[in-house]
Amino acid sequence: MRWLLLKDIQILRRSPLLVTLLVVYPIVIALLIGFALSRGPQKPRVAFLNQVPPAASTINIGGTSINVSKYSNELFKSIKPIRVRTRAEALDKVKSGDALAALIIPPDVTQKLASGLQSAQVEVIYNDEDPVKGRFVEQAISSRLAQANSALADTFKGVAVQDIKLLLDGGHIDLLGRTLDILGLKKTKTILDATIAGLPKNSTDRIALQQVTSFAALAIQNLNLSSDVLSTVSNPVDVKRVALKGRRVPLDAFAVAVSVTVSLMFVTILLAAGMLALEREENAFLRLVRGLVSRLGLLVEKVGLAAVCAFPVALAMMAGISLFVSLDWSHFPLWLIALAVGAVAFGAMGVAIGGVTREVRAASLMAFGLSLPIAFLALVPSGSVSKGVYDVIRVISAAFPFKPTLDAMDHALSGAATDMLVPLLHLAVLAAAFTAIARLALRRFA
Amino acid sequence: MATPDTAASAEATTPVALGATGLLKRFGEREALRDVSFEVHPGELVAIIGPNGAGKTTLLSIMAGIQSATAGSVHRPDGGPLEVGWVPQHPAIYSKLSVAENLRLFARLERVEDPHAAVERMLAQTGLRDRADDEVTTLSGGNRQRVNIAVGLLADPAVLLLDEPSSSLDPRQRERLWEFIGGLTARGTAVVYSTHNVQEAERYADRVLVLADGELVFTGSPRGLEQAVGARDRDLDFESAFVTFLRERGH
Repeated sequence: MRWLLLKDIQILRRSPLLVTLLVVYPIVIALLIGFALSRGPQKPRVAFLNQVPPAASTINIGGTSINVSKYSNELFKSIKPIRVRTRAEALDKVKSGDALAALIIPPDVTQKLASGLQSAQVEVIYNDEDPVKGRFVEQAISSRLAQANSALADTFKGVAVQDIKLLLDGGHIDLLGRTLDILGLKKTKTILDATIAGLPKNSTDRIALQQVTSFAALAIQNLNLSSDVLSTVSNPVDVKRVALKGRRVPLDAFAVAVSVTVSLMFVTILLAAGMLALEREENAFLRLVRGLVSRLGLLVEKVGLAAVCAFPVALAMMAGISLFVSLDWSHFPLWLIALAVGAVAFGAMGVAIGGVTREVRAASLMAFGLSLPIAFLALVPSGSVSKGVYDVIRVISAAFPFKPTLDAMDHALSGAATDMLVPLLHLAVLAAAFTAIARLALRRFA
Repeated sequence: MATPDTAASAEATTPVALGATGLLKRFGEREALRDVSFEVHPGELVAIIGPNGAGKTTLLSIMAGIQSATAGSVHRPDGGPLEVGWVPQHPAIYSKLSVAENLRLFARLERVEDPHAAVERMLAQTGLRDRADDEVTTLSGGNRQRVNIAVGLLADPAVLLLDEPSSSLDPRQRERLWEFIGGLTARGTAVVYSTHNVQEAERYADRVLVLADGELVFTGSPRGLEQAVGARDRDLDFESAFVTFLRERGH
């Protein structure tokens, strides 16, 4: 078997174009998939008209200055603004398709905000020619406006809490260039209590003052709670995130797992399928199985060859990607295990394809034809299709090595060694099953 | 069944290099071979001839150990299929490897004691020493067939089986091939080959085995086949005698 392995490596060495394609193609595909997964859509171009005069961009609430333009910058995190000077220019940009939408900030927005009585409104004009992009712009702007609203509400809350504190504890306030002393409810109550203590018990003033001090006590008690109440009002619904099931690694790392698994799959399946079919195309199969090597031995050799070749490619790919995406190298031994077992399972699937198709071209075609849909099916998230369809997808994915290899890589990247056991066992079963299919296919291989 | 040849009594006393007894091969309901028995002796050159689908390749495959017989037995030197050299119709060698690399690979796989010496011997015997480092893909059809035969001879087998060895060769290459095979039989190697070219059987074979519909209908010398149909009296050449022989027996 050693000589057969060396022979195959020698043949591959003499086919540099084939090997280059075999390595480069899956890496490019894998990187594109990983890139698409790890990056959101490109920022849409949006015409932006700010009609607020520069001098009016700052409002004063309760003595606190708020620069409103700071909050409009929130929007620019999701859109690429094209600054325009007039409303007509903004509309032209949208109509011509130069911008997907226009965002207009009216001149009275700061006045309305400062009044605290009216909601400020911004205007968004869509170009709905492309519904997908239109929806994306709508969502992006809505999401960023919600964040800006939240930030403004926090600022307003801060001002209100500060004023209430002043009302309770007293202090200084700057108003129209003058500094005023505020006594505060707590000090007022202290003074009143001292005054009441000095009055005769049947004094009518005492009864009146006791009513005032009771009101002060009640006000102090309730205003103490007002900060919490205001916090609740500014954030009426908070989200507590509890993950029962799902990604254990960040999206970038998941994209790495997908990229590497795709690459491993292509190289291994194509090599194993092609090299087995080549034995038949070269008419060498019958000569080999006459007693030089057993049929099972030949399959094991092809699986080993494919795994040995694909393993360093996948590893090198991970090393390359780690230059751009942060990966925890302390989990390196787990990566090796996931890659090795995945490579063997993909190799077994490859020899099954090679055994069934019996020709290199047909084997390559079937390898491509099967691999891509299997990979895409395995990436369909739950909830994106109906439950019945998703169950079918799960069954199909479980019958091929892509999903368990992806799961094993996913766990390996997050360092969850014990969680890897199930996908590794799954891969071992699939490797045995595909080898058995290949062995059966060899009966009619000659 | 087989027509006895005048040399039969002499053959009975010589050792048997390869033999088959009562071979039966079924593919489903179809009988590809039926009760086929024959013997081949050292240094003998035996041709298997017959119409298409007669079972020639099936018989050679069973003798080479590639297929198993449904019934009957095969006698090989020391019992193992690897003791019999086998040369398939289409070159079974790797086109991306050089001539020497192919020979070295198969010598190692066949566990030849001294692979290097075996490769050198076969390069010398096939006259391919000057093409030893050339990739097989650059060789002519004839040279590829020589490499194919050389691989079959690496383990220096006592018996060599060739399936239509000259089918892809031009007349000059054929001549060289038969010279080469003649050299093998002269050294005591028993050679059995199948062919569609009955003239090649007449010209080179010591004996011919005629297969028709899976049945061995004649075993003997080419001259014996001609005598069986009275070719001399009817002015028939060997090919016509062969066709007449089959027709008269309902094939």
